Amino acid sequence: MAKAKTTKKSAASKSTTSKAGPKTPAPKDYTKQRELEACRDMLMIRRFEEKAGQLYGMGFIGGFCHLYIGQEAVVTGMQAALIEGDQVITAYRDHGHMLACDMDPKGVMAELTGREGGYSRGKGGSMHMFSKEKNFYGGHGIVGAQVSLGTGLAFNNRYRENGNVCLTYFGDGASNQGQVYESFNMAKLWDLPVVYVIENNRYAMGTAVHRSSALTEFSRRGCSFNIPGIEVDGMDVRAVQAAGELATEWCRSGKGPIILDMQTYRYRGHSMSDPAKYRTKDEVQKMRAEQDPIERVKQRVLEKKWATEDELKAIDKEVRGIVAEAAEFAQTNPEPDASELYTDVLIEVGA
Amino acid sequence: MATDILMPALSPTMEEGTLAKWLVKEGDAVAAGDVIAEIETDKATMEVEAVDEGTVGRIAVAEGTENVKVNAVIAALIEDGESADAAAAAPVAEPEAAAAPVVEAAAVVEAAAVATVPAAPVAAAPTPIEVKPASDPDIPEGTEMVSTTVRDALRDAMAEEMRHDEDVFVMGEEVAEYQGAYKITQGLLDEFGAKRVIDTPITEHGFAGIGVGAAMAGLKPIVEFMTFNFAMQAIDQIVNSAAKTLYMSGGQMGAPIVFRGPNGAAARVGAQHSQCYAAWYSHIPGLKVVAPYSAADAKGLLKAAIRDPNPIIFLENEILYGQSFDVPALDDFVLPIGKARIHKSGNDVTLVSFGHGVRYAIDAAAAMAELGIDAEIIDLRTIRPMDMATVIESVKKTNRCITVEEGFPQSGVGAEIGMQIMQEAFDYLDAPVLRVTGKDVPMPYAANLEKLALPSVEEIVEAARAVTYK
Repeated sequence: MAKAKTTKKSAASKSTTSKAGPKTPAPKDYTKQRELEACRDMLMIRRFEEKAGQLYGMGFIGGFCHLYIGQEAVVTGMQAALIEGDQVITAYRDHGHMLACDMDPKGVMAELTGREGGYSRGKGGSMHMFSKEKNFYGGHGIVGAQVSLGTGLAFNNRYRENGNVCLTYFGDGASNQGQVYESFNMAKLWDLPVVYVIENNRYAMGTAVHRSSALTEFSRRGCSFNIPGIEVDGMDVRAVQAAGELATEWCRSGKGPIILDMQTYRYRGHSMSDPAKYRTKDEVQKMRAEQDPIERVKQRVLEKKWATEDELKAIDKEVRGIVAEAAEFAQTNPEPDASELYTDVLIEVGA
Repeated sequence: MATDILMPALSPTMEEGTLAKWLVKEGDAVAAGDVIAEIETDKATMEVEAVDEGTVGRIAVAEGTENVKVNAVIAALIEDGESADAAAAAPVAEPEAAAAPVVEAAAVVEAAAVATVPAAPVAAAPTPIEVKPASDPDIPEGTEMVSTTVRDALRDAMAEEMRHDEDVFVMGEEVAEYQGAYKITQGLLDEFGAKRVIDTPITEHGFAGIGVGAAMAGLKPIVEFMTFNFAMQAIDQIVNSAAKTLYMSGGQMGAPIVFRGPNGAAARVGAQHSQCYAAWYSHIPGLKVVAPYSAADAKGLLKAAIRDPNPIIFLENEILYGQSFDVPALDDFVLPIGKARIHKSGNDVTLVSFGHGVRYAIDAAAAMAELGIDAEIIDLRTIRPMDMATVIESVKKTNRCITVEEGFPQSGVGAEIGMQIMQEAFDYLDAPVLRVTGKDVPMPYAANLEKLALPSVEEIVEAARAVTYK
């Protein structure tokens, strides 16, 4: 039991990389302003997801809906390490990534409800959403496919020598897909500027990492390709940002790809129809009580007296207002016109 | 007695090659394993070894001779005591295809197969196959035509587009230093450099996905699959990522990418290397599927495909690569995707095919003419979007239709055409639409079985007789 691989509490820890690889950096020193920003950004994701869960229950959102609650620190910290033009791509648990990319909550929520005001005009849904303007490249429903695609986005950066980096997110589950390793190989072979952010939330649907993965230290998954990796406390937004800055700098300096093993946790089920039989309620409760990324920020802020309880509540209230507005829009915005059925299948070639 | 040394085959589809160099001369003694000659095709170079010992009695084909047919006698070995005259008198017979004489020279290649094509001793320069562009208004009257192989036409199309657009690059297995597994990318590395002509590892799923990602960011990749058989490893990225992203993003981002490579049966490469994917990809909204027959179409349509902002499946055919056709000598010869070509006009029955299938249709039409059946041949050129208007118009004239394809029958291209004719021109039909397809079996290896598995001219003629009641 001493070596319980999958229940490591915090991972602010060792570098598990090859000799030449970087070590896990110390959490970034946050100013008051940065703490409050991060608090607000993470709250936005959480309240948005809670609302999405409600709307799903009410029948406004159909199909699959994968909530990001618990993992907010990962995208919030990583986004802070990006510069203009950097791309983001992920799989289907993507609402948090889109909000972090500064996509409009209204447009995201309206896509969840399948309305014309959604980012894909209602034709993509929860799992397939994009924003060229915000450099968000989806939103992909096939586990692992986004890893090759993200590597291709990085290929573009290298080809154009634009100094940009692609954040390619995937989970512990996707980490066992073959194309992930095909992509690793080429990314290192050609030194592509791609940060592989493995959101290790410990469960691939309902299969715990130790039941699915022969090697559960995902930071070492790049060893065969000489891609370094570091383990990061994905429940601490400061640790994530520090790792994100290190990783993006690594890529921008021409050293090629790098892996970040984000130790995180999802509170909700895999999707809305999760049986919750594969883990105990106690485990979830313990994580929420001890590791919650938003509570950790709030505690620090309160301890340093950077804000009062009331001031934090005011942030929450503002965020709830924005989310309520998005939900209202998503419920009242019309469905796409029937003529949309046949648009966007192919780009018309000039006659 | 003298034993003949025959021109060996370098690949399953090789029909002829250049005898580049003799390393022995008449009168030289050779032992088994000695390299005696070098042979080249546009695709590869190889050494010819003696498999028996003896004396080179006669060299029948001088070095530097081009277009030497596979199985043609290139020299003869004589045993000790035999005179060179005996060798000289050896008949230069046309060897039988299936029962080729013992090949006395072994090819030093991985897959030296017995050529299935009867070889004439030495051929003149290949005459281009005549393709009358009956419905191709895009080639102005009086345009100069240059005899070009499909292989060179494809290469020229890529090179021209790469010269015009920095965002176009080509990636795939062996496309750069090896110069292309089928030599389609020959010379591109020299001209465009390693940044734009990229050798990938053997990792179809991965590099297809990387190509799509690069395309989503605005680059215009040409992804070569060594054959489309291997693209099944990548089909998720082609279908789920390349074809659907434009729709799923509400038109925000698509994938301007060309997936190209040889498709369908080559010759004697068995079940896993001999499959036609035209019907598979044509099933998918969001893809365009192009399958040219002639070199001109290959060039004009590949250029169009590279410029097209949508994902294109470009199905080539290994057997056609080495065949020469007239290609218009125009600076910028681009053909429209989605338009069929009437290869030959006729009144009695419409033959609809694409890619290598057109070859069967042409030969069948010639055979039909002898029976007094005047066939119209439609080369679809594009499978999706399919130019059914041209087919329907033809059927309204001929009242009969036969589809020809190498793919499997069920849910095939012919099935789709038949259905559409039923919907659009039922009252014009004087006979059921018939399909001539590859048989409903995995491709066998044995030469006789393979021949049976593929469509044949006889089957097409038989179908034509059935629908014309002759």
